[in-house]
Amino acid sequence: MKRVSLAVILAAAAALSVQSASAQTLKTVKDRGQLSCGVSQGLPGFSSPDDKGNWTGIDVDVCRAIAAVVLDDPTKVKFVPLSAKDRFTALQSGEIDVLSRNTTWTVSRDTSLGANFTGVTYYDGQGFMVKKSLKVNSALELNSASVCVQTGTTTEQNLADFFKGNNMKYEVIAFGSIDEAVKAYESGRCDVFTDDASGLYASRLKLANPADHIVLPEIISKEPLGPMVRHGDDQWFDIVKWTLFAMINAEELGITQKNVDTMLKSDKPEMKRVLGTDGNLGEQLGLTKDWVVRIVKAVGNYGEAFERNVGTGSPLGIARGVNNLWNKGGIQYAPPIR
Amino acid sequence: MSIAPRKPPLQFALRLKRALGGKTGWNGLAAQIAFAAILAWIAYEIVANARTNLETQHIASGFGFLNYNAGFDVNLSLIAYNNSDTYWRVFFVGLLNTILVSVIGIVFATVIGFVVALCRLSPNWLLSRIGGIYVEIIRNLPVLFQILFWYLAVLAALPAPRQSISIFGMFFLNNRGLIVPQPVSEPGLYPFLAALAVGIVAALGLRHYARRALFQRGQMIRIWPYVLVGLVGLPLVSVLIFGGPLKFELPQLKGFNFAGGARIIPEFVALTVALSTYTAAFIAEIVRAGVMSVHKGQMEAGSSLGLSRAATLRLIVVPQAMRVIVPPLTSQYLNLTKNSSLAVAIGYPDLVSVFAGTAVSQTGQAIEIIAMTMGVYLLLSLTTSALMSVYGWRINRSMAA
Repeated sequence: MKRVSLAVILAAAAALSVQSASAQTLKTVKDRGQLSCGVSQGLPGFSSPDDKGNWTGIDVDVCRAIAAVVLDDPTKVKFVPLSAKDRFTALQSGEIDVLSRNTTWTVSRDTSLGANFTGVTYYDGQGFMVKKSLKVNSALELNSASVCVQTGTTTEQNLADFFKGNNMKYEVIAFGSIDEAVKAYESGRCDVFTDDASGLYASRLKLANPADHIVLPEIISKEPLGPMVRHGDDQWFDIVKWTLFAMINAEELGITQKNVDTMLKSDKPEMKRVLGTDGNLGEQLGLTKDWVVRIVKAVGNYGEAFERNVGTGSPLGIARGVNNLWNKGGIQYAPPIR
Repeated sequence: MSIAPRKPPLQFALRLKRALGGKTGWNGLAAQIAFAAILAWIAYEIVANARTNLETQHIASGFGFLNYNAGFDVNLSLIAYNNSDTYWRVFFVGLLNTILVSVIGIVFATVIGFVVALCRLSPNWLLSRIGGIYVEIIRNLPVLFQILFWYLAVLAALPAPRQSISIFGMFFLNNRGLIVPQPVSEPGLYPFLAALAVGIVAALGLRHYARRALFQRGQMIRIWPYVLVGLVGLPLVSVLIFGGPLKFELPQLKGFNFAGGARIIPEFVALTVALSTYTAAFIAEIVRAGVMSVHKGQMEAGSSLGLSRAATLRLIVVPQAMRVIVPPLTSQYLNLTKNSSLAVAIGYPDLVSVFAGTAVSQTGQAIEIIAMTMGVYLLLSLTTSALMSVYGWRINRSMAA
């Protein structure tokens, strides 16, 4: 009931809000003194609150980086936890300024929702998790299985395509939140739990005996996850887009949270341009000259954020893989800051 | 010699004034027109504003999406559905699932509610206490909590498919639901149904005849042997001649789940049980209030005529109590229908879950979909109210007669 009423309120807000889409987001955020950022309801590594109520995760770091460049304070963020099906309505209605909630970039979402993706925070793909005791080694052995899934996701459609494409039967049980789906999987209602592979590793940590479950090798889809902003505000679109690009460029140039102050003294032209000691690239974005410095001081470069939240330095322990930089065997690539 | 009553002169303008302006006359009419105009203006502003905003933000609008492929599956559907069907079909799948759980929930809630109320009114100390405890416990716990309790605590505790509880090797109970043999029609089905229909019609005719004989001539006719022959004998003869009407396909464990057989999914069971037991607690109190509203003398009159307690209740008290019971009963039925939207918590694919949930997030057209969903609930509720009004009207008429 709560979800329904939320959806109704958001729909009503979308109907009533007067010209909310005009190019005012930067000013609104500055006036408010706080960035409103839509995140998940708790996905370890991406966005989840700890026992003290502090949000952490790679999606959260993107929000903090935006708050750092706009408000000069990475803590001035209001995190709005959203279910998969409420997230777009919250963005459309103006309740949040940016949606950074492990959301897959697809053409229909980029066009019909009145919102734009600004980049890719994490290259993911959909996988399956099963109990080891079932002795299943491949997703192609899942004929007649019951599958638990979170409703309102691309996952649900990929699942349908995969089973249909391989002429297999299955039963889908779709839950409103990821926690409900995992609980049903753990109780044995389903044989299989499906989600983005990163989500599977994150959810596995929450199970009573993580070692009793395996993630099958098949990745059945492309899931580039990234932040989203509303249509109609190109300045804000640029700021969110270049915040992520700056994090990736910082890693490429070897600028880290620790060495950023020494790097400021560097006389390499590229370094001076990026860190704002030369030129006014930040001001062209509507920000300050030291915007990249603020980002790196707040959350570190992309690689640091990755390792801290989902990489080998985190409980998830996911390898960089395709998320490595383009010159280190991955596909993370940001246009140059010049 | 009679004088025709004098008709008042027809004053059309006066009548119109009365009808439109009530007692306040033309001033009232002007106020009403102004009020209607303001309402219309507000409605127009909302629609126009929403339309402009959607256009400036390039959010898709309109109902064209209903003809697109949905591309996701639903695990319970009363009509044929697969993932290449349209959103229209998803809408009807969800709607039928909502109606299914509401109708079955209403039936069970009514039966349980009446039984609990009669327990509570019973002179038996134990029965009345059990009735009282049931009402107090169930009524005072949140219904979402009860749905989750049935789903996660009771039904999830059932064994996995490979360790199913088998009942005669035909029924299997596990955490995927209750699997029952699926009836498959045989050539003997139509003669069987025809024989059964003839039997039922004959039995009804006999009952009508016997009642007339009883009321008009005071004659008691024993009809049950003939009814038995009609209802059991005729179909039996049809089976002997044309063969059995149905064959049952037995479920068999294959891979992860049972293949063959029909399955009642646990989400449906949990939702129906929780909603009907919860609503039953309220219905029990309504029924109790209705029965108490009938004067005690009616019960005593029944006993003095030599009727048993059960017969007095059935023939004298409950029919009078129904007049008081029906209006609040209707609102409980409406509550049950609306509460069925809590299904999304346990993955039962009702209208809110598949249409106002998955479809909203796939298409992003929240305004259209939420409006359609609200319209459906409004329609379902108004239909229920209308049916109950007709029923209440019939009771009142029969009381008056």
